[in-house]
Amino acid sequence: MGDHMKFSLDLAEPDHKRPSLSRRCFITASAGLAGSLAAGAAAADSLADVPPREDGADLSGHSERSQYVKLARIPESGPGKRNVDPADAINSKTPLDKLFGGITPSDLHYERSHSGAPDLDPAMHRLLVHGMVKKPLVFNVEDLKSMPSVSRVVFIECTGNGWENWKKADANLTVQNTHGLVSTNEWTGVPLKLIVDLVGKDAGSHWMLAEGGDAAGVARSIPLTDEILNEAFIAYGQNGEPLRPAHGFPMRLVMPGFEGNLNIKWLRRLKFGEQPWMTRWETARYTQLQANGKATQFQLRMDTNSVITTPSGTMAIKPGYQRINGLAWSGHGKIAKVEISTDGANSWKPAQLTQPALPKAQVRFQMDWVWDGKPTRIVSRSTDDQGNVQPDRKSFVAAMGSNALFHYNAQQTWSVDETGRVRNVLD
Amino acid sequence: MSSTSKGVLAATIALVFAAPALAYDFGRPATPGEIALWDIDVRPDGKGLPPGSGTVAQGKQVFTENCSGCHGDNGVGGLKDRLVGGQGTLASANPIKTVGSYWPYATTLFDYIRRAMPYQAPGSLSNEDTYAVAAYLLSLNGILTADGKLDRDSLPKVKMPNREGFVPEPEFDPAKLFKKK
Repeated sequence: MGDHMKFSLDLAEPDHKRPSLSRRCFITASAGLAGSLAAGAAAADSLADVPPREDGADLSGHSERSQYVKLARIPESGPGKRNVDPADAINSKTPLDKLFGGITPSDLHYERSHSGAPDLDPAMHRLLVHGMVKKPLVFNVEDLKSMPSVSRVVFIECTGNGWENWKKADANLTVQNTHGLVSTNEWTGVPLKLIVDLVGKDAGSHWMLAEGGDAAGVARSIPLTDEILNEAFIAYGQNGEPLRPAHGFPMRLVMPGFEGNLNIKWLRRLKFGEQPWMTRWETARYTQLQANGKATQFQLRMDTNSVITTPSGTMAIKPGYQRINGLAWSGHGKIAKVEISTDGANSWKPAQLTQPALPKAQVRFQMDWVWDGKPTRIVSRSTDDQGNVQPDRKSFVAAMGSNALFHYNAQQTWSVDETGRVRNVLD
Repeated sequence: MSSTSKGVLAATIALVFAAPALAYDFGRPATPGEIALWDIDVRPDGKGLPPGSGTVAQGKQVFTENCSGCHGDNGVGGLKDRLVGGQGTLASANPIKTVGSYWPYATTLFDYIRRAMPYQAPGSLSNEDTYAVAAYLLSLNGILTADGKLDRDSLPKVKMPNREGFVPEPEFDPAKLFKKK
């Protein structure tokens, strides 16, 4: 009782330090005027300018980002259709230029949804597994959580990533615009193989239809290769917490290394059969039109890719020391090396990779560079442990044409002009 | 993936499967009745198509009431996907991909309309109306005659103009993928 009273008294006691709140407001206003973290830091030229220490915010149930950190995805539509109303957006891109390391924060993982992001009640959500099986089963989220699990860090990438640069390069694009449809998270869930064994899949079934519980009922046919049977899983966890609704809550398929669209969100049905279903998404949508008018179908794997994130489009640099920084990934396996050219792809130097480089996950690379102040072009080129090399844009377009729309993984070039302005260019 | 990480992964999965051998009753059996409620997919050979039928004339009315707001009158000029025309443009600099110019299977049209359309109320069209809208779109594209009609027998027999327009990626070619095993 005494403790309780003391607690109440403490709460009621006027806080003589409360005026410090006004200081916080002042700092907010100054930072807002300055407009950026860097400018805010430059304002404290002398240590005497650094504000004195003060008591902080009350402990809370949820850690928010600092008020000085502004991070957001950008909802966009098709190539060239930017700054759209969110109601017209078809994807939302990750701010690759503002993140560190290899893991994307859950709320900034890119989003591609075909009919909005439903917020499903896990108590009412069910996964039906049926078709060519001995024993069709229904699972709820608690069933999945009670089963043996795997956790794995993998990238997921929309097949439309990079599609801004198929035909032309808008000079005003950031790396978020050009490459923001890829992210890496740690996902936790139940191995597909375990589900396959539980239902007793018929040996003659080699294809699986995975269907979402979104309004569009997005559905894809998945070939049950050994690789996919060994690596795919049904995830309920994302970076240590339940999935976010935009990323498939309460359960989704994770297909390491494969088209984002195959990682069916809000998963509600798996059906086993002996041939692909030829859904709209694997015929009309995610197929790549070649120059001769024929389209490549079932190009399911995401290829070797990389992009320099600093310095990148719309940034400005000054002559002298630069640290070039970027991300590389491959649906074939592990990134083995990344090379950087600072002279328009004439010569290449190896970048340092942040270890460990995990298979089918984004890896951070960096390299020191001294810019001499002359206009130039910087490019990155990745190679994976299967020997796949990220193609230069000219060879890539010569092979693929420029109407494929999906699976763009050509090298990204940024130009640096004599003033240090960095811009998106084709090559 | 390196052989080492493959080995690690295999070992992890082996461990995972060692445990449930003791208690593997996860989930509950699905009944045929409830499976039928959700079993909506349709294959190119027609498997999964429901009974019923619809005519081009019916489809025109259903389309005007439910679809033209987004796709435009006659499936052209709307805010969302163009559904009609574009045949002969796929090898040009500006290809126009529509149901008529690009889609390889008519069964996909039924499957997609039934599962995903109309956008605001997917699943709200009857099977008859779904056949009818599919028939109307095929007729607008010159694939079905104006007095045409579709049902579970005739729909899989419709030959789409771009049926031969797709080349499978060799690694995942359905015709070859699992044949050697």
